[in-house]
Amino acid sequence: MSAPAAHHYTTTGLDSRKIAIWAFIGSECMLFISLISTYLIYKGRSIVGPFPHEEWTSPDGRHFEPILDILVTSASTFVLLMSSLAMVLALSAVQNKNLPKRTRGERILGSSKLWLWMTALLGATFLGFQAYEFTSFVHEGLTLSTNLFGSSFFTLTGFHGAHVTAGVIWLVSLLAIDYRRGLGPADALNVDIAALYWHFVDVVWIVIFTVVYLIQ
Amino acid sequence: MAHDPAHTEHAAADGHAGGEDQHHPGWSTYWKVAVILTVITIWEVWAYYIPSLVASRIFVPMLLILSGLKFVIVVMFYMHLKYDHKLFRALFTGPLLIAALTGIALLFLFGQLVARFGPG
Amino acid sequence: MATTAVPTSISSDSMPSDPYSGIWGWITTVDHKRIGILYLYTALSFFIIGGLEAVVIRAQLQGPNGQLVSAEMYNQLFTMHGTTMVFLAIMPLSAAFFNFLIPLQIGARDVAFPRLNAFSYWVYLFGGIFITVPIFFQLAPDGGWFGYTPLTTRAYSPGINIDFWVIGLQILGVSSLAAAFNFITTIINLRAPGMTLMRMPMFTWMSFVVQFLVILAFPVITVALVFLLFDRFFGTQFYAVAAGADPLLWQHLFWIFGHPEVYILILPAFGLVSEVLPTFSRKPLFGYPVMVYSGILIGVLGFGVWAHHMFAVGMGAIADSIFAVSTMLIAIPTGVKIFNWIGTMWQGQLRFTSAMKFAIGLVALFTIGGISGVMHSSPPADLQQTDTYFIVAHFHYVLFGGSIMGIFAGIYYYFPKMTGRMMSERLGNVHFWLNFIAMNLTFFPMHFSGMLGMPRRIYTYDSGQGWDTFNLISSIGAYMLVLATAIFLYNFFMSRKRGEVAGSNPWGAGTLEWTIPSPVPEYNFAVLPTITSRYPLWEGTEEAAESARINSQEGKTSEELGIVLPYSTVKPMIVALAMVIMFCGLITTMALTFLGAAIMVLALYSWLLSPLEPEHH
Repeated sequence: MSAPAAHHYTTTGLDSRKIAIWAFIGSECMLFISLISTYLIYKGRSIVGPFPHEEWTSPDGRHFEPILDILVTSASTFVLLMSSLAMVLALSAVQNKNLPKRTRGERILGSSKLWLWMTALLGATFLGFQAYEFTSFVHEGLTLSTNLFGSSFFTLTGFHGAHVTAGVIWLVSLLAIDYRRGLGPADALNVDIAALYWHFVDVVWIVIFTVVYLIQ
Repeated sequence: MAHDPAHTEHAAADGHAGGEDQHHPGWSTYWKVAVILTVITIWEVWAYYIPSLVASRIFVPMLLILSGLKFVIVVMFYMHLKYDHKLFRALFTGPLLIAALTGIALLFLFGQLVARFGPG
Repeated sequence: MATTAVPTSISSDSMPSDPYSGIWGWITTVDHKRIGILYLYTALSFFIIGGLEAVVIRAQLQGPNGQLVSAEMYNQLFTMHGTTMVFLAIMPLSAAFFNFLIPLQIGARDVAFPRLNAFSYWVYLFGGIFITVPIFFQLAPDGGWFGYTPLTTRAYSPGINIDFWVIGLQILGVSSLAAAFNFITTIINLRAPGMTLMRMPMFTWMSFVVQFLVILAFPVITVALVFLLFDRFFGTQFYAVAAGADPLLWQHLFWIFGHPEVYILILPAFGLVSEVLPTFSRKPLFGYPVMVYSGILIGVLGFGVWAHHMFAVGMGAIADSIFAVSTMLIAIPTGVKIFNWIGTMWQGQLRFTSAMKFAIGLVALFTIGGISGVMHSSPPADLQQTDTYFIVAHFHYVLFGGSIMGIFAGIYYYFPKMTGRMMSERLGNVHFWLNFIAMNLTFFPMHFSGMLGMPRRIYTYDSGQGWDTFNLISSIGAYMLVLATAIFLYNFFMSRKRGEVAGSNPWGAGTLEWTIPSPVPEYNFAVLPTITSRYPLWEGTEEAAESARINSQEGKTSEELGIVLPYSTVKPMIVALAMVIMFCGLITTMALTFLGAAIMVLALYSWLLSPLEPEHH
């Protein structure tokens, strides 16, 4: 985003961009509920496998295990949750850029570059897990077109992954600005908006993890 | 010549960290939230591997409550909704409510949720 | 006195003090007033196209066994008529008013995100062209404007027609969503001092509700369309019954969007009527708070009635009953508005200008449409009515007799503010009466042919079923509508050059937009007004009157006043064009998708990294 907004009159005293991002997040709730609802509507209705939590033998005798790997996905879930922690620390670092840092710990906490990197890397790691999951599913015989489960699963998690990808790109862009001219309190709002988006994407995953992976 | 008279009193919140907050949670709050998120996730996954729990009627409600808790603490603390202007809370909960009701209605309409009235 | 600093932007954006002139000026504008005018002209053009499609339909149905067009062409005509009127005409006509009017009504200099605003317009224009051009090659979408599956799946619609529809609607959705975020932020955050929510003009209030409907409803149709797109292109099974898919998934998702959509179509017109009636009754709006709450209630309840479009699919008694009740309930806040409008006019000093006639026309004709609507809300009754011309009658009464009438009222009313000239009242009178009579001639008989069983979407019919005369009358009415519209267009274009010059408040209205000169100066308000009442020109403090006096002065430039305006820039248009090219690639060649995406990302970065306006102190 461009340099901090000039002073302009506002009715609420709040920055317009923050209002806009919350409205956007509200809209995204409807987007994801449509995807999640469809997944749930089609849960248990696929005529052929592979299935998420049950094994299946195809008519021509091939055997398929339940395809979801809870342990691996738990790890990726944990990674994404920790990325939210990193994000919150990144914002805090930007806000407190000009405060004096006396201890080593404070300096570490206060490094916006460090925490932006952490967030982006953890996000990318999550995406790596997703890529691994997608490719291994395809290998095991589940594609977008295999059955209702494949269609709804890949579309739902794919949309989520696309949102994470956009977030990572956004974070890297912020990092680029941090390296070029530094991010300080005047940029706090821009980083805050990126953070809100990021946390929301995390929160959506919390729902997906429960509803797709854990509930059978 | 005329400069907006309200211009200077109502400056937008830039150059001031999260101008509209009443309170900034510190590092310890963030850390505590992260720990709670981790603990709940471990709990959920642990429960997943207990077949008798999975088969019981409490499993789904428990998971929904636990993930609901995670949802709420990320929104309240990481997304700062607890500390921010009420407007943002309204902008979020309205759509969230409509989304939730729509989702529930769809589940009923497609028979994935069934309400039983009376005995049996 | 502020100086306008030398721009430090990294682009070649122009300084606002010498905005580009001519066509380039329009292409690079970020001024809400100009964008509103762009929407108006483009939407009127699509209104004409949609109307011509209707005329061909009516010519085909004029008598039994018509031979004018083939069945396939007929399918394309009614699909495009509906799609054009809903997405390319009525919504953008409302958007023209959102753009032009909202900042003026709340005392702002522009919307919250001027460049995003321009982007919305260009996406609409390019998306509209994308979805309209196919009909000239007989490749137009042909699955109905609500595209039910499985008809629109690849199995039953193998051609490219439906691909244009799916992709076109996705493009248009982006436009509406972007604009909605913009207006929500604008209305929340850019109201002048003293303008509390309960002092906002009704048009702005209704628009506020509409923007929330947009941001909540459009994501759902986005998902429905994504499923259809994926089914058609990637072989997913969302609508594939053989794989276990539920044929109703599309219907539910579509109508969860579709019902709020019809409130999106009518509420702005309601808002315009609520501006026009008080002015020409010389009375404030009757029951303002109730009008606000009923608008909000309509918006919220609007999300709970969607399955009344599906009473004939077999959802079961419980679902049918719940949606029947919610649908009947929503008639209440709507009816309340009708009474409040009547209450506004009651014992007022009525002046029957063209705008007033159209506003009253809406009150009358929408009521008729509402009555047939309430008749549909009973599932057993609807089993007979659904998919017949009885429904066609209903929605044309609410959309033509409602939305379009309200929009005409708004155009006659705000033309002076936009152009500085008055439209001809004489021609407006002719337009109104011709329109009113023709509209009823066209659509009233459809109640009867519908009741007698004439189904929707048939390209021809046999004689001897009792439908012939009704169809003939409808067609005659449609031809009269062409004449009426032509008169309106003549009036519109002629008045721009030769209309009587208007002052800042030719109607003696009370709201804020009438305190400033006509046409409106670039900067809107010389000083941010202070608001102390709902009708600043009719009531209010001395302080409010003083700011109104300052704001009505003509002939000042933004430099003289020390007001800094945003740069004009072509970037929003480039991003819009690139995005549409990207979508085009989906049905032509993937190379275009990558090219479009690349240009889009580059232009987007350039946009985001350049400042909105010159630095100032």
